Amino acid sequence: MNNISFNKFYRKFNILSLILIITSLIFLIIKGLNYGVDFKGGTLIELRTNDKTNNITMIRDSFNQMNLGDVSVKKFGNETDFIVKFEKQNSNDPEFIKNIQNKLSSSIGDVDFRRVENVGPKVSSELLKSGIIAISLSLAAMLLYIWIRFEWQFSLGAILAIFHDVIITLGIFSIFSLEINLSIVAAVLTIVGYSMNDTVVIFDRVRENLRKYSDTKIYELTNISINETLSRTIITSVTTLLALLSIYLFGGEILKGFSLAMILGVIFGTYSSIYIANPVLVALNVSQRTIVKEEKD
Amino acid sequence: MLYFSKLRIISVIIFTIIFSYFALSNFTKLDDRFFSKNINLGLDLQGGSYLLLEIDNRPVITQRLQAKIIELKRYFKEKEISLKNFSLNGDTITFEAQKQDLEQVSKLLNDKESDINQYYQSYKSHEFDVIENNNLFNLNYSRYGLVLLKNASLDQAIEIVRRRVDEVGTNEPNILKRSNDRILVELPGLDDPNRIKSLLGKTANLTFQFISQNSEESFGTEKLSFEDDDREAIVSKRIILSGDNLVDAKPTMNSQTNETVVSFSLDRVGAKKFGKATSTGVGKQLAIILDGKIISAPTVREPIVGGSGQISGNFTFQSATDLALLLRSGALPAPLNIIEERTVGPDLGQDSIDAGILSLIIGFLLVIIFMIYKYRAFGLIANLALITNLFLLIGILTLFEATLTLPGIAGIILTVGMAVDANVLIFERIKEETKSEKNPIIAFDAGYTKSRTTILDANITTLIAAFILFFMGSGPVKGFSVTLGVGILTTLFSVYFIARLLTSLYVVKNKEKEQLL
Repeated sequence: MNNISFNKFYRKFNILSLILIITSLIFLIIKGLNYGVDFKGGTLIELRTNDKTNNITMIRDSFNQMNLGDVSVKKFGNETDFIVKFEKQNSNDPEFIKNIQNKLSSSIGDVDFRRVENVGPKVSSELLKSGIIAISLSLAAMLLYIWIRFEWQFSLGAILAIFHDVIITLGIFSIFSLEINLSIVAAVLTIVGYSMNDTVVIFDRVRENLRKYSDTKIYELTNISINETLSRTIITSVTTLLALLSIYLFGGEILKGFSLAMILGVIFGTYSSIYIANPVLVALNVSQRTIVKEEKD
Repeated sequence: MLYFSKLRIISVIIFTIIFSYFALSNFTKLDDRFFSKNINLGLDLQGGSYLLLEIDNRPVITQRLQAKIIELKRYFKEKEISLKNFSLNGDTITFEAQKQDLEQVSKLLNDKESDINQYYQSYKSHEFDVIENNNLFNLNYSRYGLVLLKNASLDQAIEIVRRRVDEVGTNEPNILKRSNDRILVELPGLDDPNRIKSLLGKTANLTFQFISQNSEESFGTEKLSFEDDDREAIVSKRIILSGDNLVDAKPTMNSQTNETVVSFSLDRVGAKKFGKATSTGVGKQLAIILDGKIISAPTVREPIVGGSGQISGNFTFQSATDLALLLRSGALPAPLNIIEERTVGPDLGQDSIDAGILSLIIGFLLVIIFMIYKYRAFGLIANLALITNLFLLIGILTLFEATLTLPGIAGIILTVGMAVDANVLIFERIKEETKSEKNPIIAFDAGYTKSRTTILDANITTLIAAFILFFMGSGPVKGFSVTLGVGILTTLFSVYFIARLLTSLYVVKNKEKEQLL
């Protein structure tokens, strides 16, 4: 069995986490998130040019001439592929996209619109609302589940760990201005599930050990439990990360943001099950009495 | 105990074979008589358009309120109660009653059985909210009245949308109601959504009205502009004929002028009306008006009594075809706005499939190699369970003809990564147990038993996340939640039936060996 003194670093890592969370929150509040068209409304066009000499500046210039509001152009994978995003979306004009394509063809030559997403302001605010509801609902459901299965001290630890993971993942998205779209919401929900999963495995062991060793302090007990489950924690994180890395590298541009969010979530989820969830049990001074009392009720 | 009954083994094998067969049927053409199910590819994978349309019900409401005013006027006239100053302010009908009639009017308006409240009799609530203010009455649509109106106009609109989409002839369109004023249209495999978009964007309200000669028409006049240029014309408000009376319309070539026209035929009532109007109106200009714009205004040279006619107006063959299609399918009750559009070209869809499959294969191989490196023989068992898991997952998705999206493929890959977790939990537990228990069979059994609650807990949490995503998410994201959720179920099956069976066979056979795991 492994015997690493994780518990010696509880305090240090808690301070690190606190710094990360505060930094993330500051960025989230001041800079905010870079919402994609799903949540902000507007138009996204993924286009492929036939002419290799076309560059970002040329494409941006031709879009700027069309009065579409704020235009952003980015390379998307291949040399010839670009993502263009702008504020304007015109639901009352069914020819809107067609006209853009025509104007573009005359200014920079033939372009192929590989993907078009056009989201009105009403829909985007609804999507944002349902995204927030989905994440809150999943947190509430997790809280409820773990509350039923464990004692409240454990629930608090697990929920703090999840908040930690979600806030830091979103913080990183804010810091690097990575786009938040519908698939990121899916990623965040999966992170919530994964982080919970990881925490539950260690907590199950903590509870088992609480029954087994009546006079060991929780500070030691969490360390024993972390060590006992450590190889599982590592193996599962590695296989999950291998799968995610494969999506990130080979799954195409569209899945890049999603897999990146998941990779961050898995890393922080694994870390937080050890360094957030367990210190909470220590801080709350969980002992054999905590679980025995509950079981008598 | 590490004992499996023959029956259990056989059922597990049969179960696995059936679903593997389902899974394989997606890739090879198997006997179609036997089995003809396939996973549906989402719009993001096969290419196509997703359109969310919203009805703008304001014109319908105004129209209904105007009709209601006429109804109220007539009703109270019959009751010999004089009301005055009827007006329509926004969505509110206002009128005044005389002091002595106030009570009577109020009673009649709220009477559940009177003729003006027919709505109440069928829906047990009032269509309008009545607010009295001295001798002033204000009528507003009630919440229920509005719901009914919206539902009725949505039903009508969805029917027209279906006709138009069907006429264009895309394969397997999906047209669904969303809340009470939205229509979702999914058009798989459509490479140019522009035509459908412009067809759905038109109300297609066709009317025939005379161009006004003298400015004092009894019906009043309106100023309308032409479709093609900025010319304007004063048109009588009297509608000779509307699109409702059309039974057919098709693009044809006018042999005399050599231009493309839309020829139409009318039903009996329409033919009669048209004949009568054109015989009195010889020499006049008849404006053909579509959605408030004049398409053309030919001069009537002779009475048209045959019940058919032609619309000319600088058409190309395509625009004539589209106009004919719109006229055949009928007018929408209210304008539709496209509030969300997502279109993926077919080649991007194919690229996504290729990338998805490539990353699935690579992710799968990486996990398999890692597991063999870590657990040797047991890694092989976990891998066999993983492969079966994958077949089961795809098999179930096929059986229920679920829709596979790009995030859905990501869900499958993620399942591959997370599925080994259960086996890892068990194997690690067994390792611990073998330290205190010398009999490998008992140690293995204990490993399975003791890890069970942990595995259930861990998987239920992910299942909860998948459930919430399924109910809250839309389109591609929903596909992710489906594969993630089903993946958890197949994982549990493959771990507890396949892997456990193989482990027990292996342990029983090699129980003399030192250090099995």
